Amino acid sequence: MGLLRSVAVRLLALLPVVVGITVLVFALNAVALGDPARAAMGQRADPETLERLRRDYALDRPLPVQYAAWLGRLARGDLGDSFREQRPVREVIIERLPATVRLALAATLISVVLGVAIGVLAAVRAGSALDHVLMGVAVLGISTPVFWLGLMLALVFAVTLGWLPVSGYGDGAVSHLILPAFTLGALHTGTVARMTRSSLLEVVRQDFMATARAKGLSEWTVLGKHALRNALVPVVTVIGIGLADLLVGAPLTETVFAWPGVGRLLVAAVGQRDLPVVMGAVLVFALVYVLGNLLVDLAYLVIDPRMRDAVRA
Amino acid sequence: MPSARRPLRHGGFVAGAVLVALFAAASLLAPVLAPEDPHAVAGGGGATLERPTASHPLGTDALGRDVLSRVLWGGRVSLAVGVGVEALVVVLGCGIGLLAGYFGGAVDAALMRVTDVVMAFPSLVLAIGLIAVFERPGLDKVFLVLVALGWTTIARVVRGEVLSLKARDFVQAAKALGGGHRAIMLRHLLPNALAPLLVAATIGVGGNMVAEAGLSFLGLGTQSPTISWGAMLADGQTFLATAPWVAVFPGAALLLAVLGVNLLGDGLRDLLDPRLRA
Repeated sequence: MGLLRSVAVRLLALLPVVVGITVLVFALNAVALGDPARAAMGQRADPETLERLRRDYALDRPLPVQYAAWLGRLARGDLGDSFREQRPVREVIIERLPATVRLALAATLISVVLGVAIGVLAAVRAGSALDHVLMGVAVLGISTPVFWLGLMLALVFAVTLGWLPVSGYGDGAVSHLILPAFTLGALHTGTVARMTRSSLLEVVRQDFMATARAKGLSEWTVLGKHALRNALVPVVTVIGIGLADLLVGAPLTETVFAWPGVGRLLVAAVGQRDLPVVMGAVLVFALVYVLGNLLVDLAYLVIDPRMRDAVRA
Repeated sequence: MPSARRPLRHGGFVAGAVLVALFAAASLLAPVLAPEDPHAVAGGGGATLERPTASHPLGTDALGRDVLSRVLWGGRVSLAVGVGVEALVVVLGCGIGLLAGYFGGAVDAALMRVTDVVMAFPSLVLAIGLIAVFERPGLDKVFLVLVALGWTTIARVVRGEVLSLKARDFVQAAKALGGGHRAIMLRHLLPNALAPLLVAATIGVGGNMVAEAGLSFLGLGTQSPTISWGAMLADGQTFLATAPWVAVFPGAALLLAVLGVNLLGDGLRDLLDPRLRA
């Protein structure tokens, strides 16, 4: 199967999932907004707001019509208006996006660097006490609840030692980023470490490595060309899994550190019953997740030709 | 791994089993073990935000409640959600996985598309979205939401096993002998899928516990007066600088319990099904 065809098949397979996501979010919306008076409960629900709600959500029409109208507006990037802030949800989310992206990138960087270092070290000393300690730390990292780790890091490095700020965005100061990034990255660090260790141990044992060496290729060519390409596949997998960790950890980490991102926006919006913001944020998270996974899959297709056949399955 | 089929020589499995046993015993015996009524506020001998002492080994919280007693009682909620949700998830996931794998075709396609969609959301984010639909969060909603989202992993595992099993001779033989669909699924397919099912369910228990604590920490899970480790952590964050013990101990309890469950799950995987080893 050619690369282009595999990509096309993968994209086509995505369609029902994306449609499913929009149906599910629409259904949540419909259930939650079923009674606009109830939906706007706790808000300044003046008649004008209720009227706009009815119009925006075509609430007096049959459900399929409502869905079509909602989808149409969604396609134009219209996620409705925030109950609380009386302005487009899209604006509210876009404002918060840079903080979340910055946090996610920093967390990924930390987890990959730290995780690969721990994994390589454990693999080189496989079976030793050091290996066991490092893998124990990795399991600990995977098992530690994100929010508690955040609190403990804040307790040690901010409250007790006073090296770093307890919380807040600090106008983008790096010192404010360090604790949230380590917190969000910790879970994934453990996964990366475990995967790096097992994949390295696997690759160096394989026949093609010996063959490459036997052919008289230089050690750099052997490692750089043969080992790396094969070790890249699990690395790509790790990035894919990491995306899920990041998106699940974001609401928690951002809440612990009062980080002004989309995750904290989502949590706050639930508390304020600002449903358009809730559903908008859920949708954005889901689409980012799906797109991220798509990129990971496409990366597979480029790295590993065998995957091109697997796509059909 | 030489110890592969000897549970007692598998360090991780033993450590996990011990932690899980301690967690379960402490939770079940909370009414006996807790030195105080976990809801009793200051005045009954305890001051507010008292540091750990002989009478309050883990200190007291902002209302003067004994943190040790609350950690013990909080374990019951964690245990109930972890195991209770997983039990329902296993039933639902097995049913869906069996149907999809056994009948294949359109049934499989439809069920797997639904699975894909649920799995296309980052789990906690969709959980938060579902909670938002209810006017008021609570333990019952946590149960409902976690079951609604949790079955996909089990369904995939069971479906995968069924697909590989159903072509095998003994299943074909059962069919040829006139075995009904139900009998074949429940008597021949499910028992042979037990090992991976047990591994996935064990790890699922840990996931449920973290999810409940996370939702409660965000204020979207159990509500007072139900005692939850996550909610205790949220209370503790306010007093992190002055009374860190309020946040430290419930979180440590959660970590140890989840670590135990994860070690047990990893151990089971090594012992039961070497093919699945990571």
